[in-house]
Parts: sequence; structure tokens; C-alpha cells
Amino acid sequence: MSQTNEAPEAAIVLDRVNKWYGAMHVLRDVSITIGKGERVVVCGPSGSGKSTTIRCINRLEEHQQGRIVVDGTELTNDTRALDTIRREVGMVFQSFNLFPHLTILENCTLAPIQVRKMPKAEAEELAMSYLRRVKIPEQAKKYPLQLSGGQQQRVAIARALCMKPKIMLFDEPTSALDPEMIKEVLDTMVGLAETGMTMVCVTHEMGFARQVANRVVFMDRGEVVESGTPHEMFENPQTERLQTFLSQILRGH
Amino acid sequence: MSGQTATIIGTASAAREQPPASLVGPWAWARRNLFGSWWSSAVTILLGYLIVRWAWGFIDWAVINAVWSVPVASNPLDTAAPCRQMAGVGACWAVIGDKWRFILFGRYPYDQQWRPALCILLFIALYGVSANRAFWRKELLYIWVATLAVIAFLMWGGVLGMDYVAQDQWGGLPITLILATFGLAFAFPLAVVVALGRRSTQLPAVKFLCVGYVELIRGVPLISLLFMASVMFPLFMPEGLNPDKLLRAQIAIILFAAAYLAEVVRGGLQSLPKGQYEAADALGLSYWQKTLKIILPQALRMVIPPLVNNFISFFKDTSLVLIIGIFDLLTAGKVAMADPTWTGFSTEIYLVLAAIYFVFCYAMSHYSRSLERKFSRARNR
Repeated sequence: MSQTNEAPEAAIVLDRVNKWYGAMHVLRDVSITIGKGERVVVCGPSGSGKSTTIRCINRLEEHQQGRIVVDGTELTNDTRALDTIRREVGMVFQSFNLFPHLTILENCTLAPIQVRKMPKAEAEELAMSYLRRVKIPEQAKKYPLQLSGGQQQRVAIARALCMKPKIMLFDEPTSALDPEMIKEVLDTMVGLAETGMTMVCVTHEMGFARQVANRVVFMDRGEVVESGTPHEMFENPQTERLQTFLSQILRGH
Repeated sequence: MSGQTATIIGTASAAREQPPASLVGPWAWARRNLFGSWWSSAVTILLGYLIVRWAWGFIDWAVINAVWSVPVASNPLDTAAPCRQMAGVGACWAVIGDKWRFILFGRYPYDQQWRPALCILLFIALYGVSANRAFWRKELLYIWVATLAVIAFLMWGGVLGMDYVAQDQWGGLPITLILATFGLAFAFPLAVVVALGRRSTQLPAVKFLCVGYVELIRGVPLISLLFMASVMFPLFMPEGLNPDKLLRAQIAIILFAAAYLAEVVRGGLQSLPKGQYEAADALGLSYWQKTLKIILPQALRMVIPPLVNNFISFFKDTSLVLIIGIFDLLTAGKVAMADPTWTGFSTEIYLVLAAIYFVFCYAMSHYSRSLERKFSRARNR
């Protein structure tokens, strides 16, 4: 497995990606290759650049140096490339970001109808099937703010899935949730992982990482410090930074 | 302080069982809010006394001692004689009876005044239809275009056997409604475009243009814009091409209103959390899909109160066209006051003018409140 014939199997390639906020160097030569069907958990202390990294994958943040290739398409200033990539990459946010003026069903059907030009009836059918999968079909006619945080996040997952993406990005999906709601969201994500979806997840949920991740990437101060299987990373951390991080995480839980 | 405590106890017990009779009903409300302490009791009594006294004085003048009509006198200048006897004691509503058609329609040919009257009704019907959410569809745009075309046809005439009435003969309430309706109907979409342009990050030239426009227009009073439109603008126009005065004033009002409304809309755009933009981007929506389906519906709902505040203010600001000699409702009223037969009865005319403005403005603010309630219900319950 050499790095040069990455193209066929790789879903996402980050190649020496650099990014600055003004003079602050937030991403330093970040290189990660994620294969199709792979499930990668990115962890690290706050400010380590982990969220910025995955937000670069669908260009919610722009990278300034290096290459990002998603599903064979390189992310450039070409808007068509960006449109293609965003259509294939779903994203779930920490703060859900559902559209509060639309019903749950409308939240899920908007993008398929507008972007994929799907007929309304078909989009609704598809949305209901995903709402059933995240176990809240009965809330379809309600508005987001009438739902609990856990329910809203599950809707957000369903909304992203309705675009039938090849890749799903999760940006701290459980960090804004009350403890009793974290499990319902994680269960949904585990279910999704079992379908073979390519997933990149920024999270501190080490239990989740152990259960579903093929690989854990540890970032600190804008660079990838260590990566490996969950077992290697948690049982046998190589660097001091990861050891410190793990001890802090474990103390916190 | 004791009043607040009572409220808290009231709501707490209401949640569990029926509150005691002493905590509900109008009497309890009055005791809590008007007579909560000796100080608030004193204020209540004093203000109550002043309100009753003033109201009684007004009713005495406006109703009991009022002169409602006067007999026709041989000398026109004596027509108002019965009113003059009651000057200061009772209102002279006879002046309205004599002048109402002039106030409402200005110098529009007397026997043709059914036409502007019909226009007023059409305007009101148009507002009524637009206010109803059941009509918020694409067809509403056609209804607007058709209604405004019919209004133009009625006002101008000149076809189908109707006499042609030149624009400088128009006057009164239709002018006010034309200026306000066309003004806001064009200013609002323009304002949305300018607000979006001002927030554009991709097109710096557009942003610069929008900022310049807003700052330039906000920097000058409406009166000076109206003067420019009526006096300066024709100087720059080629010979023979001279749009009429009403149209020039209309354009000045549109440009002025749009600059202010743009800032209100921009406030709404800014108050939306960044996450809404990001979620729309992440789903692959295009700029216009995102703007029309996600951003504007939320941003505009948030700014309903300041928007309507501006609408009301611009509705009243149309009366400033008085200074460039356009015959709107206020101008017509002022001219009616100058009639030598009725000198000295301007109070009555001003009251009627105020009442007409109030009806339209209050309708707007009432409607905006119902709209806010509807939207917040849809969002939260």
C-alpha cells in the first residue's frame, strides 16, 4: 500500500494542508488519508485544529496550502468542484443547526429537492425512511425547537443522510448535549457505521472510538501527533502529548 | 415590590389548583397593579382624575356642543356663522361636511371623483388581500400588478369614454396611498438586495456600491432629496424628457426608504447564527437557494417590528411632499383650511387628517403584532 496509488480507494486525502488565521498557524502540514468505508475519529485538546481540519474537507474553512482531494475531486477555487464535493459530503454540527422555520420533514427534504432536483413526493418518502432509521418519524410535522437536543441531533443526521452522501463528517456531535441524550445520538452513529458509511468524527467519546473507529487520529497545536487503531492509541500511547490528553479525558469522565 | 410577590404566588398556585378568588379577576388585577402601595394608589387617583377631566372636556367640545351642519347662507362668507358663535366651546364639524370631498380628492374634477374613491377602496382591498397569509403565493404578484394597473387607469382615464385627468389635478388620499404603496412596494425589494449586497464577501465592488448608497442617502434629510427631485433633477434631463413631478417625488421616496429598510434587513441578516449559513452550505445549497429558503425567511421574521416601524414612519413621511407642492392628503387639508369661508376651523380638519393617518398606521402595527404572534407560535409550539 504505497501512498502514490491512493486514488482508487481513498475517500479523502489531506496532503500537507496548512492554514493560518492571520498570523496564527492553525493547521501545520496536516496529512491524513481516509479510505472508503473507513471510520476515523479525530481527537485532541480544544484549539488543536481538529474541527478546522474536518471543516476544510467541505470548505466551510479554506485551506491555504496543500491538497485536499475528496472522492477523487480536488478542492480548488473551482465552484463546480466544491458543489460536487458538498453534494457527496454530509455534515453534522455540534449545535445541530437545523432550520428553525422549517418542519423536521422540510429540513430533510429541502436539499434533495433543491440540489438533487428530486420530486417532492420522492424526497418526502426518502426523508421518512431516514427519520424512521433515526427513530423519530412521529416528529416529522413538528418544528426543530419543539424537540429535545438529542432528537434534534438525530434529525440533523437524517437531514445529512437524505442527500445520500458518500462521506459523513461529524463535528463534535455530542458536545452540546445533556449527558442522558448522548447515548441516543451515539447509537444512531453506531448504526450508521454498520452500514459501511465513510465517517470522520471529531469527538471526545472514547467509548464510541473504541467501538466503531478503524483509526484514531490525535491532533495537538494544529498538527497530527499520532494515529493508529483505537487499541494501539489508548493502550499504548507513544507520545507524551497523547498520554497527557488521555489522562485528562479519562479524569473528566 | 409587594405587587410582584403577589404575581409570583398567583402563577405558582395556578399551576397546581384553582387560585383563590382574591388573586384573579379584574378586581385583583386592579389591586395588584393600580393600588399596590400608597404611592401607586396616589398616582392612580391623580392620573385617573386628569384623564377623566380631559376626556370630559373633549367630549363636551367634540360631541355635546359641536355644530354638525349649517344651513346654506346667501353670502358664502356667512355660512360659518353658526360655528363662529360656538367657537372655543364646541367643534365645528360642518367644515368637514362641506370640505370632505376636497380633503379626500383634492382638485380632481368634482363629477369624476368616484374614480379616486374607487381607487382608495382598491388600495384597501389590496392591503386586505396581501395581509392574508392564504394569498401568499405567486399569484399575489399578479394581483398587485393588475390592481395597480386598474388604479392607474382609473386615475388617468382618457380611454373607454372616461375623461382624461392630468396628474397635476390628482390630490388627497389617493396621492398619499400611491406614494406610500408604490414607495414601500419598490423600496422593500430594493432594500433586501442592498442589504444582501452590503454583506457580500465575494463581490467587493457590489459591497462598496451598497455601502455608498446607504450612507449617502442616510446622510441627507428626505426634504432635501425631495427638493433635489423636484428642482435640481429636471435641470439635468434632456430637453423634452421630463418625468412628472409625482414620479420624481416617488423615486426620491423609494430611494430614501430603501436605504433605511436595507439597514433593518441587514440587522436581521446579522442576527442569524453563523451555523445557519454553514448548514446550508454543507448541504450544497447554492447562494440563492440558501438566501431565499434559509436566510431571508428567518432574517425578515426577526425584523418585523423594526420593519413595520419604518413602514409606518414612511407612510407618514409621504406628507413631506407638501413642500414641493404635491397635493397629498395633508396638502389638501391645508388648502381646505385656507378657504376664507372656514378660516379658524383648522383644529377640526387637523383632527380628521390625524384620524385618517391613525387608521392606516394603527392597522399596520396591529397587523405586525398578529404576524409576530403567528410566527413565534409556529416556531416554538
